Amino acid sequence: MEVIRQKLGPADEFRAKQMNAQRMLRGELPDDELQQYVEERIWLTTLEKAQNWARKNALFPLGFGLACCAIEMITIIGSPRNDIARFGAEAVRASPRQADFMMLSGRVSIKMAPVIRRIYDQMLEPKWVIAMGACSSSAGMFNNYAVVAGADKFLPVDVYVPGCPPRPEALIYGINKLQAKIIENPTQGWRERYNAEGTEERA
Amino acid sequence: MPDATGLELIAQRVRESLGDEAVVGTQYYREQATLQVAPGSVRDVLTHFRDTDPEPYERLMSVHGCDYLPEEPRLGVHYELLSTDRCERLRVKTRLTVEQAETEGLPSIVEIYPGAEFHEREVFDFFGVVFSGHPDLRRIAMPEDYVGHPQRRDFPMGGEEVLFTFNEHELPRWYDK
Repeated sequence: MEVIRQKLGPADEFRAKQMNAQRMLRGELPDDELQQYVEERIWLTTLEKAQNWARKNALFPLGFGLACCAIEMITIIGSPRNDIARFGAEAVRASPRQADFMMLSGRVSIKMAPVIRRIYDQMLEPKWVIAMGACSSSAGMFNNYAVVAGADKFLPVDVYVPGCPPRPEALIYGINKLQAKIIENPTQGWRERYNAEGTEERA
Repeated sequence: MPDATGLELIAQRVRESLGDEAVVGTQYYREQATLQVAPGSVRDVLTHFRDTDPEPYERLMSVHGCDYLPEEPRLGVHYELLSTDRCERLRVKTRLTVEQAETEGLPSIVEIYPGAEFHEREVFDFFGVVFSGHPDLRRIAMPEDYVGHPQRRDFPMGGEEVLFTFNEHELPRWYDK
């Protein structure tokens, strides 16, 4: 992969900016230039957007696992290769009161379902759920009398990550999707990338 | 491991101490010795193996259930014994019908081998074999309000039909409702 470094621009332009900053600090900028200087440096946004931006970059997962996918979940949290601290989601909370989202990592047995629902109810709003792997999405290979076929039978699931188990990249992509959902861009622009506008599913 | 001759000697000793009707048969298959006993005398046989036999088995490794559906009697309960001194294993099997299992059941061996408590609860949970004299016979794996004994072979598999392209026309489609 090629690493592209951002260029600083022509040296004299950079020098001009530097001089501008010095003059601003000394209070020597004329009014129109000062106005332009401030406009270049202030971003305006809504409070909701700023809040969602903060939320998406500090997602605390709830530290609990259900089955074999839990081991895979631990590897994406803990291992340097797939570090989800890059996305602000590494602070695993042991208490549902402090967690933002929950990864259902493994099959949900009918005995465990009320427990999970209770933990989900104890989490504070806003809260999200990722169904990790085939089992918690649709019972997967454990399609039998003991397992709930899909965790969305008893709690709202935001992101489904397929796989048995999912690749770490897939789960990280699921977390990215959740972040995009939090900041209200659920498709992450794939329709533009694949030239697929107008193919949205309608109810 | 007791060999075939040793197994016959073991069976002979059981017959001598507990009577002929206690032992139903012996089986020696793939170098594993199995003693088949009558369901009523399970506790006596295991007490004999733990206490009075000259070659005792002081450990119970596992108790498990089994369902031989077309055959009758249908249900089986297996006890795996181990002697760590002689490094020998012996399997004690008993067979009983569903009616027998649900009414009189088997005598519990928790007093002899306390480690059998959870194993017997598991056999009760999955196969519906009642162990009389068990201190706390509840379901162990399935929820308390579950109906039925799911590891029996006539119990439905459960789960949900999966939609594939070959059967999507036979199944009601989720988006058609």
